[in-house]
Amino acid sequence: MHKSFLLYSLITILGVIFIGRLFQLQVIGSESYDPIHNSAVKTVFDYPERGYIYDRNGTLLVANQLSYDVMIQPNQVKPLDTLEFCKLLKIDKEDFIKRYQKADNYAPYLPSVFLKQLAKEDFAFLQEKLHKYHGFFIQKRIIRKYPINAAANVLGYIGEVNEQLAKTNTYYQAGELIGKDGIEKQYEDFLRGSKGKKYFKRNNLNKVTGSFKNGEKDTLAENGKDLTLTLDIQLQQYAQKLMTGKRGGIVAIEPSSGEILALVTAPTYDPNMLVGRKRSRNSAVLMDPDNLEKPTYDRGLKASYPPGSPFKMMNALIGLQEGVITEETPFYCYNGYKYGNRKGEFMGCHCGIFGRPIKLKTAIAKSCNSYFSNTYKRIVEKDNKPSEGLDNWAHHVKSFGLGDYLGYDLPQGSPGLIPTGKYYDDMYRYSWNASTNISNAIGQGEVQTTPIQLANFTAAIANKGFFYTPHILKEVDDKPIDFPNYTEKKRTTIDQEHFEPVIEAMYEVYKTGTGRWNQVKGIEICGKTGTSENYAVVNGERIKLEDHSILVAFAPKDNPKIAIAIFVENGGYGSMVAAPITSLMIEKYLNGEISKATKHRETKMLNISLQSQYDKLIPKTEEEIASGT
Amino acid sequence: MRQEHNNIFAGIDWLLVLIFAALVGFGWLNIYSASRTSEDVELLSFSTKYGKQLIFICATIPLIIIILFFNAKFYEKFSSIFYIISLLSLVGLFVFGKTINGATSWYNFGVLGLQPAEFVKAFTGLAIAKLLSDRQYNFKLIKNQIKAFVIIFTPAFLITLQPDIGSALIYLAFFFVLHREGLTLNYITLGTLVIVLFVFTILFGASWVLVTLFSLMTLFTVYITYKGGNRFLRFNWHKIIGVYAVVTIFILGSEFSYNNIFKQHHRDRFEILLGLKQDNQGIGYNSYQSELTISSGGLNGKGFLKGDLTQGDFVPEQHTDYIFSVIGEEWGFLGSVFVIVLFMIMMYRIIYLAETHTNKFGRIYGYSLVSILFFHVIVNIGMVIGLLPTVGIPLPFFSYGGSSLWGFTILLFIFIRLDAHKNYDW
Repeated sequence: MHKSFLLYSLITILGVIFIGRLFQLQVIGSESYDPIHNSAVKTVFDYPERGYIYDRNGTLLVANQLSYDVMIQPNQVKPLDTLEFCKLLKIDKEDFIKRYQKADNYAPYLPSVFLKQLAKEDFAFLQEKLHKYHGFFIQKRIIRKYPINAAANVLGYIGEVNEQLAKTNTYYQAGELIGKDGIEKQYEDFLRGSKGKKYFKRNNLNKVTGSFKNGEKDTLAENGKDLTLTLDIQLQQYAQKLMTGKRGGIVAIEPSSGEILALVTAPTYDPNMLVGRKRSRNSAVLMDPDNLEKPTYDRGLKASYPPGSPFKMMNALIGLQEGVITEETPFYCYNGYKYGNRKGEFMGCHCGIFGRPIKLKTAIAKSCNSYFSNTYKRIVEKDNKPSEGLDNWAHHVKSFGLGDYLGYDLPQGSPGLIPTGKYYDDMYRYSWNASTNISNAIGQGEVQTTPIQLANFTAAIANKGFFYTPHILKEVDDKPIDFPNYTEKKRTTIDQEHFEPVIEAMYEVYKTGTGRWNQVKGIEICGKTGTSENYAVVNGERIKLEDHSILVAFAPKDNPKIAIAIFVENGGYGSMVAAPITSLMIEKYLNGEISKATKHRETKMLNISLQSQYDKLIPKTEEEIASGT
Repeated sequence: MRQEHNNIFAGIDWLLVLIFAALVGFGWLNIYSASRTSEDVELLSFSTKYGKQLIFICATIPLIIIILFFNAKFYEKFSSIFYIISLLSLVGLFVFGKTINGATSWYNFGVLGLQPAEFVKAFTGLAIAKLLSDRQYNFKLIKNQIKAFVIIFTPAFLITLQPDIGSALIYLAFFFVLHREGLTLNYITLGTLVIVLFVFTILFGASWVLVTLFSLMTLFTVYITYKGGNRFLRFNWHKIIGVYAVVTIFILGSEFSYNNIFKQHHRDRFEILLGLKQDNQGIGYNSYQSELTISSGGLNGKGFLKGDLTQGDFVPEQHTDYIFSVIGEEWGFLGSVFVIVLFMIMMYRIIYLAETHTNKFGRIYGYSLVSILFFHVIVNIGMVIGLLPTVGIPLPFFSYGGSSLWGFTILLFIFIRLDAHKNYDW
């Protein structure tokens, strides 16, 4: 065999293989070639209008407005008078060059955004002159508008879809808008509608030359759906006003439906701050992790703290249900409760009833620690092992929606914590009893809840044993929602009859107990105040701060219309700040206005600022430490 | 003894020159189509790609005249010096080179960048021809084989360091030359076997390949033993065990190195090619787009300057490595086959001419030329039509770029010069 045979045959074989492959690609394969996904067919999206959002009374909360972006297609740009152009756009020359290069790097033959969201006045002026500048044009874009400055935490905001999602998702393209928080995020699918698509032929210079196949493949855009929220925007605004100068969260629920009437976090921000050109500057401030006010952190949903005294009702209910106490069971209090034999194993009490029998109603009204410590001990030690007793206790507690995400329709949240037997078994290696975690009796131990969980707990009491999962969405395109999770009753493990004495006791709180200074004439309020101790570490030192103040309440006593949980950071005793605000909200919601008799309360609340408390949290600079201030 | 002509064009193989002109000319039309950005045509201008390429093409004419001016003896005599200078040009890159896309492959002279690797191929061909044509040279000796390997792999190694793996791979082509001059086929067989085993291991997993291979080998051994009696086993057992061991180590080693030593982008290219992974947007975008573009051309093509995918710049690097996709789209199946057939005729012709050389030097150089051409064409077109992994090397005479064009021009025309002289005694 000749030595040249190898190369000759290789050239021939590979030549034939290549020609075969080309035959496969070009002669056989060109049939199956999909013209729509051909890059030479241009797809233009027709953007639908995003759905509007209304409150429960039909007040418009979120609408749309037009915004104007200056677009650029770099390969069409011809030499221009940059000085004049920069003046028109109010940018400097360096900025111009930077923006131009960014667009050119992205794709010289594709349009990209040159300058976002012009002010309306600038637009009108620019439009007249723009024809002089080749390669620049204006694109209209729809952005959000908020006629009422309230409930930013509920409404959320929209922003450009992140690159990751744009790549992995088939719907969103880079640069499109998507809900980023709140309702906008939660109900994105309702609000966005669906894009229409139009197909165009394009020629060799990327210009559209006509519709593709006479538009037979085109689809129409479908507008987003309008949403009606359960929110009462007047109540929401009023509550936000009352919370000025304070930090905390308020959740108000309609017990008979689980509808959220108000969801307040303070401090908050104007939703219009996250719209338009000022958006990026504002969002940097709002989301700054060093910003102690944390305005984007929804305290109503996420602030997880020991619930304090309102939790005593829970232990009363469980005690009654488990039969370890009755309405008439007496306990004695000696300025506190000694839960162990060692020194220091003593829990103080301020109920002021020394050595006389205390029954359930009085115990709640006067918030007696000893009473509930005894009750808790009996519950936990009812079974042979404390872990079984505690598990049983936790089972009851969790039936109120505590200790886990509640399942409401907003994208922020915190599960809180309800300890089980295993929790302490792991912590104390199986050697513990009710005394070890006696603080749970008065809501100060390991137990943690969020304001919305407490509000739901209160609603369950108001309903005497059941609740609807709290939710914020009422109607979609004027049709009431039918999500089973929000329309089905959820029963607690406590029988209805046990709620009567507890409600009576809560009524007593407002009649004669800690809430008596905050009655509203003509409205029977039931509630319970509480405090939650707290400490903070500032400059490496652990300092005790004023207690957080907590309060739960519902009204009226019969056929309740509103259940509220409020939590004010460093608000002191519940009756100081939390109670007046609650009463004002209840009065406003039920009566529609604040009567003259309680006007002084409103004035006082509007003027109270806890800023001096919050300033203690600001870390001192080194100079301040040195100078001793 | 015949006398040399003074006419530098005497004895030239005009068929090769014609094919060269056809490829370069057709190549330029496609570069023009792929790289024009506006309606204004600016020929012979440094501001457009096609303008620059036209200047490069014009520059090949004086280059060709200079090459043809020297006689064949000159190239033989100075082959070592050319080779050493070309090695120095590669070394010099590490000091004076310009880094583009992570590879230091270029010298920068203002408007012009030169890529020495494109020229070194020709001079390595001269050097290997010089070595192998020596009358004292006997390919049976391992020492001589090593000498040849050193000449071939020194530039390949230097190019790998740039790093430009694609250009370095080309030096494997010299195996065809060595084979022609008497190197046994074992090297190529072994190489092919290694590649096949490697691909199978990646495709089916080490355990499957091992089990299948062991079964086959055991069957084979049993068969041989059955036919040849126990003698075979008794005398060869250590070899058999050795083969088993080497195969096992190789397969496990391939899997390990594939998963741990290869970088993710290597794996991606491989897996897309083997069809293990579909990715039409990321790494696979180039291949996907170029296949789509070629496929859309159909039988007759969409016509010059009428390929909408080409004109829309949808294939990245289309004027350089992916130039063949322009032919596919605008000139269709017929145009593509025409180009492939042109290359085939050119290669056949070179082999044919090389075999007629009475002088070993010319024959060996001719084989170097045809092997390099063959490798370039196969790897480039194979990549563009989706048969081979993405390796960035240009299509000879077609792709945009002065260095590549001039490198191949030098490579080809030195052979044409040698060929013109083959009947003279020198």
